[in-house]
Amino acid sequence: MHEWALAESIIAAALDAADKEKLKKINEIKISIGELQQIEHDVFEFALHEIIKDMDKILKNVKIKIATEESILKCKNCEYTWKFGDIKKKLNKDESEAIHFIPEVAFVFARCQKCGSPDFEITSGRGVSITSIKGEK
Amino acid sequence: MDPRLSIIDKRLSKIKRIIAVASCKGGVGKSLIASSLALNLARKGYKIGLLDLDLYGPSSHIILGVTDLSLPEENKGILPYKIDGLNFMSIVYFTEDKPASFRGIDITNIIIELLSIIQWGELDFLIIDMPPGIGDETLDLIKLVKKSEFLVVVTPSKVAMGAVGKLLQLLKELKLPVIGVVENMKKVSSNYIEDNVSKMGFKYLNSISFDQELEESIGYPDRLLDTKFMKDLEKIIKSNF
Repeated sequence: MHEWALAESIIAAALDAADKEKLKKINEIKISIGELQQIEHDVFEFALHEIIKDMDKILKNVKIKIATEESILKCKNCEYTWKFGDIKKKLNKDESEAIHFIPEVAFVFARCQKCGSPDFEITSGRGVSITSIKGEK
Repeated sequence: MDPRLSIIDKRLSKIKRIIAVASCKGGVGKSLIASSLALNLARKGYKIGLLDLDLYGPSSHIILGVTDLSLPEENKGILPYKIDGLNFMSIVYFTEDKPASFRGIDITNIIIELLSIIQWGELDFLIIDMPPGIGDETLDLIKLVKKSEFLVVVTPSKVAMGAVGKLLQLLKELKLPVIGVVENMKKVSSNYIEDNVSKMGFKYLNSISFDQELEESIGYPDRLLDTKFMKDLEKIIKSNF
């Protein structure tokens, strides 16, 4: 369960932020999940809640809000823009799984839909990030 | 906020020493020295990890004779493969060993991802096979893996020394720990590299003679352990590890 490792990083980062901002309690963590990483939301949420269970009271009753960010890719050669959703079905199971582990291997398995270049960028929706943390001092 | 940065120290917390085998020059034998060092220490009974961070030209898997490039197992992260007594991880398990051209930001993201999801567990040494240069991978390693020690590789060449000197200057400026410099593929007697390394204030570890038969052992760890190359490397390992 690779989602567990990412969930652990969310909690560690939230605790780091709370420490930095001198928060006594974290009330809410907003998380964005990039479509490219193809995180299984149920598994990810389960992992988050399991990790929080073992934490001290700073995270008691914390609300976790998860939003998905659409993954947009843009060719550096011809500037064509497309969505990961447009090409997802063309990838085989192993290619999809590899992108799930390391989103940048999309550069190995995908090409610009217009000119065929491997030189494109991930303009949005790469992976997991924290968009906001709310708490009490 | 990138949460992955907060978990890297925890992932590396049970590793006693992290050795980055580095050089500013390609083709000096970094990968062979990294893999051989890892195999040698593993045969001595140490718990060893080997991470190939050469994302464009990974080659540790070729040296180790790895042919199964299927995706790694998961358990609260990804688990390194067990190869000849080593815990091994490389980008090839994700790229199917296909050409992978990455730009700087992508290199950084891959390194952060690998460091945050690989579950190394307890290790005596993690050996990192670095790509040539002082670009993204070197800067990321310096930033993200605070306890890295550098083992620098050079060949007996003015050109190689010119390039490697820049890495050494950078490491000196940043006051980073350098185990020393290995002079690889030495063919004739010369003090050129030793003198230059010493002048810069670094330890010249020793030389490894050019071994004409070494190529035959690539892909066969047992044969590799029995080469003239390994005998020379063993002397360096005995005195410095």
